[in-house]
Amino acid sequence: MKRLMSGNAAAGEAAVLAGCTCYFGYPITPQNELTEYMAKRIPEIGGVFIQSESEIAAINMVLGASVAGARAMTSSSGPGISLKQEGISYLAADELPAVILNMVRGGPGMGNISPAQSDYLQATRGGGHGDYRTIVLAPSSVQEIADLMPLAFDLAEKYRNPVVVLGDGMLGQMMEPVSFDHITKGDTYPKDYTLTGAKGRASRMVRSLLFDVKEEEEHNWKLSRKYRRIEQNEVRYETYLIEDAKMVVVAYGTSARIAKGAITRLRRENLKVGMIRPITLWPFPAKIIQDTAKQIHDFFVFEMSAGQLIEDVRLALEGKGHVHFYGRPGGIIPTPVELYRIISRHYYQAERSRKS
Amino acid sequence: MKKVYSRPSSLKEAHFHYCPGCGHAIVNRLLAEIIDEMNLRDSAICVAPAGCGMLVYNYFDIDTLESAHGRGAAVATGIKRVRPDNLVFSYQGDGDLAAIGTAESFHAANRGELITVIFVNNGVYGMTGGQMAPTTVIDQVTTTTPSGRASNQAGHPVRMCEVLAVLDGTSYLERVAVNKPAAITAAKKAIAKAFQHQLNRTGFSMVEVLSPCPTNWKMGTIEACKWIDDVMSKQFPLGVVKEVKC
Repeated sequence: MKRLMSGNAAAGEAAVLAGCTCYFGYPITPQNELTEYMAKRIPEIGGVFIQSESEIAAINMVLGASVAGARAMTSSSGPGISLKQEGISYLAADELPAVILNMVRGGPGMGNISPAQSDYLQATRGGGHGDYRTIVLAPSSVQEIADLMPLAFDLAEKYRNPVVVLGDGMLGQMMEPVSFDHITKGDTYPKDYTLTGAKGRASRMVRSLLFDVKEEEEHNWKLSRKYRRIEQNEVRYETYLIEDAKMVVVAYGTSARIAKGAITRLRRENLKVGMIRPITLWPFPAKIIQDTAKQIHDFFVFEMSAGQLIEDVRLALEGKGHVHFYGRPGGIIPTPVELYRIISRHYYQAERSRKS
Repeated sequence: MKKVYSRPSSLKEAHFHYCPGCGHAIVNRLLAEIIDEMNLRDSAICVAPAGCGMLVYNYFDIDTLESAHGRGAAVATGIKRVRPDNLVFSYQGDGDLAAIGTAESFHAANRGELITVIFVNNGVYGMTGGQMAPTTVIDQVTTTTPSGRASNQAGHPVRMCEVLAVLDGTSYLERVAVNKPAAITAAKKAIAKAFQHQLNRTGFSMVEVLSPCPTNWKMGTIEACKWIDDVMSKQFPLGVVKEVKC
């Protein structure tokens, strides 16, 4: 059965169906519908909902709930996510599962409340202090939000690591038909690290302070080995019409949807443009880009920022191919027609330079 | 021979890292004694702070989480809401509780979270080398108030028990000291009572402990204990600040 829901509400429903029992959040546009949805939904399952005094408090409540053994999440948008970075760093250091949803808005600073993709680097580079990574999932529809929330909780527990779901104001606030029929609570993982009171066992400590530099270094390498495992096993992406393509767009989330509209128009004029859509922004699908670069010279990065995803595409290409770019930062949502015009111009220019 | 005094079983066999004359070791021991006596070892979960108290997990033989600086009450909130039948307490210093963590402390108290805060007030940032704390008294010399704390420049010492007393969510707030045997006995009673308030689900409870820091006060250990009576407790009067019927 499909229900017409906003992306924010769908994220909440999918989280609950995936076993999330604790939600902590602080109001910020454009994700308030999620906090409000959880305020009604979480009590129905006997879970914990707190409207916290700040985003800092919310992420620390998530940490407490997580170490106590619950599936816990928080959500916010850019400015609030900046405040949560302290807690995310501790979650990563303590190896505690948690899901953090960011419905990105225009920035920096207060910015505005329109959709943007300007938190890409913050999300994919850890975001807080120290040597760590978060798994970053990027849905591009309300249905995909519902699909990725259970995966987010599963990966968080599987790897005992914070997982960021990176949407934007448009994905959060637009309504689309969405099905939750397939969502289950997923796998269960050993909880031998949780703090439950030391009844019948040795006491446990969960900490990130390691004064001994050798111990701290080993902890960093241990985390690093885990991140390498994640890179090997958890890359997810979608390819779209790349088999015969002469130019491949790389875009994620809302941008990828706009790009699909543009590609439909480009294909009508027989311009052979395809797309690689990263679903995991970290780990980044570098290999498919490298493999594609064996056949195709021209890549076109499109994002609603001044150029962040482009860094990962360049890193993946290692100097091979040519990277074209179109970005609209600050909360602008380009239309498929606008993007179609830009891509076709680049396409013809690339064709001319290949011939000359 | 009859054994009349021994290490509480909730205290690990470890050497305290605290400086000579520091009050933390006394507070740690009192907590372990109370956890033993109230039979709470199996249910207790401690939230450790950033600061001199952060290494309590090396001493307490109970489940312990180390929190980020100031966030103890928020983390304890998350734990307690998930595990309402466990005893959850956070152990925090003055900078942790009353400066960087003011918002978390205030709002956990205001929500009436069923947690207990053990607030060790020694008037300085100890671990970082003796800088001014929110509870540093007027004219007290610290590394960041080299001429003594001046209220027009650095504000006034914060009385946290009194601040939290106006909130309807708090049920038990008492200020004690650990500078002499009678005071230590009173401190133990206060902490046990605060735990009882949590177990009875009465409301948020906190015990503020005036604690000597001879190292950063640049005093001898006896002088530091005397300074608590002569100066510190004038700014921070001892006794029950708020007690709701438990």
